[in-house]
Amino acid sequence: MTEREIKRGVKQLSPIDVYMLLPRTNCKECGEPNCMAFAAKLVNREVSLEECPPILKKEHEKAYKKLQEILAPVIKEITIGTGEHAVKIGGKLVMYRHEFTYHNPVALAFDVTDEMPLHPRFSEEEALVDRVKNVENFLYNYIGRDLNLDMIAVRSTSNDPTTFKSAVEEVTKVTDLPLVLCALDPSVMEAGLVAASDRRPLIYAATKDNWNEMADLALMYNCPLTVFAPNDLNLLRSLSKTMIEYGVEDLVLDPGTLPDEGLSDTVNNFTMVRRNACKGWDKLFGFPLIGTPITAWFTGKDSKEMLAWKEAYVASMLMSRYADILIMHSLDGWVQLPTVIWRFNIYTDPRKPVAVEPELKTFGKPDEMSPVMLTTNYALTYFTVESDLKKFGGNYYLIVVDTEGISVESAVAGRYLTAEVIAEAVKNSGVAEKVKHRYLILPGMAARLSGETEDELKNVGLPGWRVIVGTRDSSGIAKLLEEKWPPKEEEE
Amino acid sequence: MGAEEKKAATELAELLRLLGLEGKREIELEDVELTVGELILDPSALASAALKAVAPPKMKTVAPPAPLAPPKVKPTTILEAPFTPFVQEYPGQIREVTLGATKSGGGSRGKKIVIGGATTPAFYLFEKTPPHPPVISVDTFDMKVTLPKAIRMHVEEVWEDTAAWAKMAVDKWGAEVLTVHLLSTDPLIKDTPPAKAAKTVEEVLQAVDVPLIIGGCGDPKKDAEVFTKVAEVTEGERVLLSSVTLDMDEAGVLEGVAKAAGKHGHLVLGFTALDLNRAKELNRKLYDYVPEDNILMDLTTAALGYGLEYSFTIHERARMAALMGDSELQHPVLSGTTNAWAAREAWIKLGPEWEPRSLRGPLWETLTALSLLLAGVDLFMMMHPDAVKTMKKVVEQLMTGGKAKPEKIANWVNAKI
Repeated sequence: MTEREIKRGVKQLSPIDVYMLLPRTNCKECGEPNCMAFAAKLVNREVSLEECPPILKKEHEKAYKKLQEILAPVIKEITIGTGEHAVKIGGKLVMYRHEFTYHNPVALAFDVTDEMPLHPRFSEEEALVDRVKNVENFLYNYIGRDLNLDMIAVRSTSNDPTTFKSAVEEVTKVTDLPLVLCALDPSVMEAGLVAASDRRPLIYAATKDNWNEMADLALMYNCPLTVFAPNDLNLLRSLSKTMIEYGVEDLVLDPGTLPDEGLSDTVNNFTMVRRNACKGWDKLFGFPLIGTPITAWFTGKDSKEMLAWKEAYVASMLMSRYADILIMHSLDGWVQLPTVIWRFNIYTDPRKPVAVEPELKTFGKPDEMSPVMLTTNYALTYFTVESDLKKFGGNYYLIVVDTEGISVESAVAGRYLTAEVIAEAVKNSGVAEKVKHRYLILPGMAARLSGETEDELKNVGLPGWRVIVGTRDSSGIAKLLEEKWPPKEEEE
Repeated sequence: MGAEEKKAATELAELLRLLGLEGKREIELEDVELTVGELILDPSALASAALKAVAPPKMKTVAPPAPLAPPKVKPTTILEAPFTPFVQEYPGQIREVTLGATKSGGGSRGKKIVIGGATTPAFYLFEKTPPHPPVISVDTFDMKVTLPKAIRMHVEEVWEDTAAWAKMAVDKWGAEVLTVHLLSTDPLIKDTPPAKAAKTVEEVLQAVDVPLIIGGCGDPKKDAEVFTKVAEVTEGERVLLSSVTLDMDEAGVLEGVAKAAGKHGHLVLGFTALDLNRAKELNRKLYDYVPEDNILMDLTTAALGYGLEYSFTIHERARMAALMGDSELQHPVLSGTTNAWAAREAWIKLGPEWEPRSLRGPLWETLTALSLLLAGVDLFMMMHPDAVKTMKKVVEQLMTGGKAKPEKIANWVNAKI
C-alpha cells in the first residue's frame, strides 16, 4: 500500500480547516501573532485548543466542539478499569515530547499467575496476594509527589479455565486496581472475563490464531482488546483493520517485546508504529502501544538480578520509545524506583521552566534564631530541598541563589556559584536583618567555597558571618541541625 | 464587495502570506497544505473556496440527521492491510569526527575511532543503519575523589595512580576511549600547575593506547592554561579537550585554547547548559580557530530524577534541528553520564525495600545513558563497570536489525518464571 492510500483513510486536517472554526479576531490572547498562526500550531499539535480563551466562550460552543472532534489525539485514549481506579492510556497528541507534551503516563502492570499460591509456603516464594499487595503498597515520594504502580496482569500458566477463573476472582477480591487478563486460549479468557465482568479489564491478546473469538469476547464483555503480532507489523496492521471492521474499537497494539538479539527490531517496531500514526496519519496504528519487558525473564538461565536488570533497561527504553503501558515482573525497589521516576520525568511538560525564582524563602515561622541555608535556583534542586525541609518540619530561611538554573555541583564547577555570588545573594536577601545569629549553612557540594565565602561576606559589609558546611544531600540536614544547631560560639 | 466578503478577503491575504512563510517549517505542514478538501493549492481557487467558506448564507447551519449505520458484516478472515514504514528525507547530516590518531596519523594510539555521521534520528534502522556506533569512554581522575561506594569498591586499588586506573578501565572494563579528569588543577583544590598536569596525561598516553579525552576542573582561566599546555605536549594525538565554554570567552581565554587545539590537531568539546542558542553561539566562535569536524558538543547531562528529561528533550531537539539542516548543530554530542550519580536515589540509603544499592546505583547510570542513547548521543563518559558493560551490549544489539526470533516470546503468557 502506498503512502497516499494510507492517508486516504484518515481525517485530513489543514490549518485552514482549523482557522475557519477559530474566532478569527487575532486577539493574540494565545500568545500567537494571529489566529492563522495559532491554527498552524494547533494542526502541528504544538499548542492546545484551550490556549485560545475566546473559543471557550458560549457563543463559540459549536465551533469548539467541532474543533475538539477534528483535533482528537492521534493515538486513541483507551480506558482500562472502571470508576476511580480506571487508568487511561494513549491519548497522545505528538510523537516527540518537545512537540507538545506527553499525556497519560505509561501504566505499569505487574504479573501474577493462576498457579501461584495465594500466600508463600516458603520464604521468598512468589505468591498472588502478596504480589498484589506489594503493587498496591508501592510508594515513593519524589520531590513532594507520590509515585505508584498501577495495575495487575493475571496470567494463565495453567491454561485451565477453572484455575484462571478462580485466580482472577482472588485478585478482584483483594484489589481495586485495574486488570490485564493474559491468556491466548479464548475459553480460558472467557472464564477470566466472567470473574472480572464488572472491571473492564484489558484483554491480552488477540493473535492470528484466535482473533475472531477474542473479538467476540471483547464485544460481549465490552473490554479493550490487545492485538499481538510479535515482530510482524503487516500482521499487526491487518489485525487492527480486521478488529475495527469487526466492531472492536478500543485496541491496544503489541508488536512484541524481544530482548537481546531482538532489541533492535523491538525498538524499531515501536518507533515505526508510532511514527506511522503520528506522522503518516495511519489510523490503523493510532492506538496505544503495550510493551512486555517481562519477556526478559524468559531469556535464559541468568541470575534473578541479571534478569531483573535486563527487564529494567528494556522497560526504560520502551518508555522513551512510545510504550503506553508495560507489563513487568520485578517488584524490586531498585528496579522500580528508576522506572517510576523516569516515567514521571518524561511525562512532565517540557515547556515548564528549569529554574525557580531566586529569592529568600521561608519555611514554617522562622525567627531570629532560625537556621539560614542556601541553595541554587535549579528547579529540581530547589524542589528536592523544599520537600525535605517540609518533611522535617521546623522553621528555616532558605536563600535561593540565581545560578541560571544549574544544580549546586555543576554551578560550583562552572563558576555560577562562587563566594562572590553567595555573598551578594546573602546581602540582597536581607536575611542579616532578620536573624541575630551570624551563621550561613552552605550545601555540602559547595564546601570548598566556605573559606572564601566568609571573606566575601566581610567584603559586602557582613562581617562576623561564619559558614557551616551542610550535607552533600539535603536529606541529611535534619541530622546536621540536630548536632550543630544552635551553633556553639567558637573562638575567633 | 460586502463587508463580510471584504473581511474574508483581508483574512485570506493574511492567510496566504502566513502559509507562504510557514510552508517551509515542517514537512507535515507541507503535506497538509497540498490537500485542502478537494482543491489543489492554487491561490485563486483557494481564495474562492475560502470566500465561500466564510460567507454565512452558504454555510450549512443544521446538520442532516445522521443516517443509521448499516449493520457491520463481521469479517471471517483477517483483512489484509500491509504496512509501509513512513520514512522521511533529512537534508542535514551530523559531521564525522575522528578521536585519536595512530602512528600513520601523527599520533601513538592503537586505533582511531570515528563517531557521528548520522543521517537519521537515533537508531532509525528502518531509514538507515547508523554509520558509526556510539562509543563509551570511562572516567578517571588525577587524584583521589569522593565517589559513591558502589563505584569506589571497583576503583579503590588504583584511584591514586591515574595510569593504573586508566589501564584497568581499558583492559578490564573495555573502555573504547579514556577520560582523564585533571581535577587537581582546580585552584581551590590542589592548583596543580599545567606542566605537571600535562605530565599525568603523558603517563596515561603511555599506559593505554585508546584515544583520550582530557577533562579540566571547570575554572575557565586555569582550564585554558592547562589545555594549552596539554595540547602542546600531546601534539598530533587528536585528544578531546573537555570542555571549552562561553565563560572562557567572557574571561578572554577561549581564543587561546581554541588556537592551541587547532594548531596541534586536537578536538574540542563545547559545553553549554541546556540551551541550543548558546551551543550554536559557542560553535560559531570556535569555527574561527578549529576545523568544523574537530568540534563536539556537550549539551548537559542531568541525572535521572534530576532533570534527565530536559537533557533527553534538548538532545532530541538538537538532533532533529541538525538533520533538518541547522549546520551549527551538526556536531556529534557527548554526554557526561557519570552525572547520573548526582541523583541522591542512585546512592542514598532508603531502607531495605530499595536495596541493594550496588545494583540501584549502576542501574541509575545505565538508564541515564540509555535514555540519551535513544535521543542521539554519540559519545558517553561513564564510570561504573556494569553500566559500561550493559551500554556496550545494548549499542551492539541496536546496531543490527532483523535478528528477532518472535517464536521465543509467542507464548510468553503461559511461561513460568
